Amino acid sequence: MGGRLWALIIKEFLALFRDKKSRMAVILPPLVQLLIFGYAATFDLEHATLAIFNQDQGNFSRELIGRFERSTGFDIVGYLQSESQITPLIDGEGALLVLRVGEQCSQKVALGESCPVQVLIDGRNSNTAMLALNYVRTIITTFNQEKAALKGNGLPAQLNIRAWFNPNLESRWFIVPGIIALLAMIVTLVVTALSVAREREAGTFDQLLVTPLRPWEILIGKAMPGLIVGVGEASLIITVTVFWFKVPLVGSLLVLYPALIIYILSIIGVGLMISSFSTTLQQALLGAFLFIVPAVILSGFSTPIANMPQIMQAMTYLDPMRYFLTIVRRVFLEGAGLHYFIHDLWPMSLIALVTLSMATWLFRHRMY
Amino acid sequence: MRPGRLMRLKGMMRKEWLQVIRDPSSIAIAFFLPILLLVIFGYGVSLDAQDVRIGIVVEQRDQPSLSFVGGFEQTPYFHPSTFLSIQEAETALRAAEIDGIVWVRQTFGSDYLTGQSPPIGLIVNGVDANTARLIQGYVQGIWGSWLEQQAELRGGELTPPVQLEQRIWYNPEVRSTDFLVPGVLAVIMTLIGALLTALVIAREWERGTMEALLVSRISAPEILVGKLIPYFILGMGGLLISLAMASFLFHVPMRGSLWLLLTTSALFLWVALGMGFFISTVFKSQFVAALVAMVSTFLPAFILSGFIFDIRSMPDLVQWLTHLIAARYYVSILQTLFLVGNVWSVILPNSAALVLMGLFFHGIVYRKTHKKLE
Repeated sequence: MGGRLWALIIKEFLALFRDKKSRMAVILPPLVQLLIFGYAATFDLEHATLAIFNQDQGNFSRELIGRFERSTGFDIVGYLQSESQITPLIDGEGALLVLRVGEQCSQKVALGESCPVQVLIDGRNSNTAMLALNYVRTIITTFNQEKAALKGNGLPAQLNIRAWFNPNLESRWFIVPGIIALLAMIVTLVVTALSVAREREAGTFDQLLVTPLRPWEILIGKAMPGLIVGVGEASLIITVTVFWFKVPLVGSLLVLYPALIIYILSIIGVGLMISSFSTTLQQALLGAFLFIVPAVILSGFSTPIANMPQIMQAMTYLDPMRYFLTIVRRVFLEGAGLHYFIHDLWPMSLIALVTLSMATWLFRHRMY
Repeated sequence: MRPGRLMRLKGMMRKEWLQVIRDPSSIAIAFFLPILLLVIFGYGVSLDAQDVRIGIVVEQRDQPSLSFVGGFEQTPYFHPSTFLSIQEAETALRAAEIDGIVWVRQTFGSDYLTGQSPPIGLIVNGVDANTARLIQGYVQGIWGSWLEQQAELRGGELTPPVQLEQRIWYNPEVRSTDFLVPGVLAVIMTLIGALLTALVIAREWERGTMEALLVSRISAPEILVGKLIPYFILGMGGLLISLAMASFLFHVPMRGSLWLLLTTSALFLWVALGMGFFISTVFKSQFVAALVAMVSTFLPAFILSGFIFDIRSMPDLVQWLTHLIAARYYVSILQTLFLVGNVWSVILPNSAALVLMGLFFHGIVYRKTHKKLE
């Protein structure tokens, strides 16, 4: 028995890695994607393009604008002379925001009134708009406080802000560990979802079924490449995350790896289920996408689950990536121990168990 | 025109059409997939944090402390819960039961009344940096209005040297759905286009039916056009469904012209189908083509198109790479057409880039499909 199982595993590896093109298609893209996406996937705004329209001639407005010119968050793209220039500039994406200092700003301040400043922001990407607005607010608040302190009336209270686990609020620390979960899922699914369908289309799966191999042995044979490739690729990505992107790994690999293996097993289960449902590669490909796309969205990879409507939040419990994503992020940044993850680990194990058994059953019971 | 070309083309299209109809998966890709994805993306992808779980620790229940934390009860952004000590609140933050803590110390009220400018502590869980930043913004908003309110109570009006007025154009309510749904259309159309055609030519080679086609009188361009048209019609069907859902289900405003939207969308569909044909022609094996389609379509369109992660925030090298992703041009066109209007200085360059990419994909396919066997 051991011998024939071994033979099957070897055959599965050969089927996957025999030709150069499929070898490349499995191994190379995740690494390239990690490097590109690790840099691309960020919510941090740097070098926001800013144009300035100053309708005032005084020193006060010049001092205020100086703050914006020296800030690293903004790149000044121009100084406008008339109001009519604003709309075409923002419409044509020439500047993300325009800062407009009102007439007689300096005079008003000298009289003890407020200087009117208007900020006009391109809201096409609302998240970017909010970030830019927050930068502007921070600069102006600091400026106001300094001016008020000079006159001897400081604020009656302070707000001290601290962020735990990620003090500089770098969104890359949040996204890159997420990419581990994302790419591990895609690689594993790519390897497993096409494997049975490919044999069904070629007609060799029937031959496999009439051999003495039992369904669970076929399952192990089909699952092995996914497990090795998935865990191997994930380890490579974890290494790059720590040493290249310098995301702090506060927690322990002994917490991460058991979770990773259960996660990969649950993805293998889903992949083999899709594969045994399909009779052609096209159907398997469609099935894989029908799983991947919702799984990525519902996992909270790009936007938090808490922002979703209740029904969708309930649906996320069916998504294995949701659990692993929580674990990988919290292990990396918070260093959370296993006891925090009981409620993530058992649903993921259950998904693995159900999908793997379903796949085994489908091997024999879908025969056309 | 060579005689009989129309007839051969019709025959080819008919054959392809029958193949589409007989495998339910193509129909599912064109019509079921966009509906499913748009519902999931439209409702599931949101950057607007609401009901943030915040822990409130007030150590002394005096007037200044209570008036400040009272601000958290009145906004839809927060779902406050009270903790008796900072230790308890920190334990809850560590267990991820809350996302942040507002800490008003025992001496806050008395220090405030004696004019010592005491601090209020805000601790946020920084793991999700973007949400953490939003929470900070919300808290600063509450803090700002509390300061104004206090200044009024003391009889003076707060006149800051600079009074900021903010206007967010095109999306004054800052609804993230309005910019995400147009972007989702680009991701969906990329998937549909590539999924429909990625296996089409590889399948013919693998099953040996390509040879059968090659020995017929049909020419290579006729094969390609005959294959393109049925999938183009299917794709346009899916596109119309998606556009209708964006308008009627998600109420995204439509400020540009409809015909321009349809023209640019048809252009993008042509590019996306070209990408599928390209994968299919270059790799010739269904298995490898499927692998390539899986890793090269969804994720790049999702992450590099600017649909959710702003391209302007990426490092220069990555920004340059995004120019290779067709979806990026379409996202830009869609966001502008939906939210701003017919801004030609955005639409023309992006459409030109799409035309170039389409010519590239279809050109390679055309060159590689010749009536010779290797």
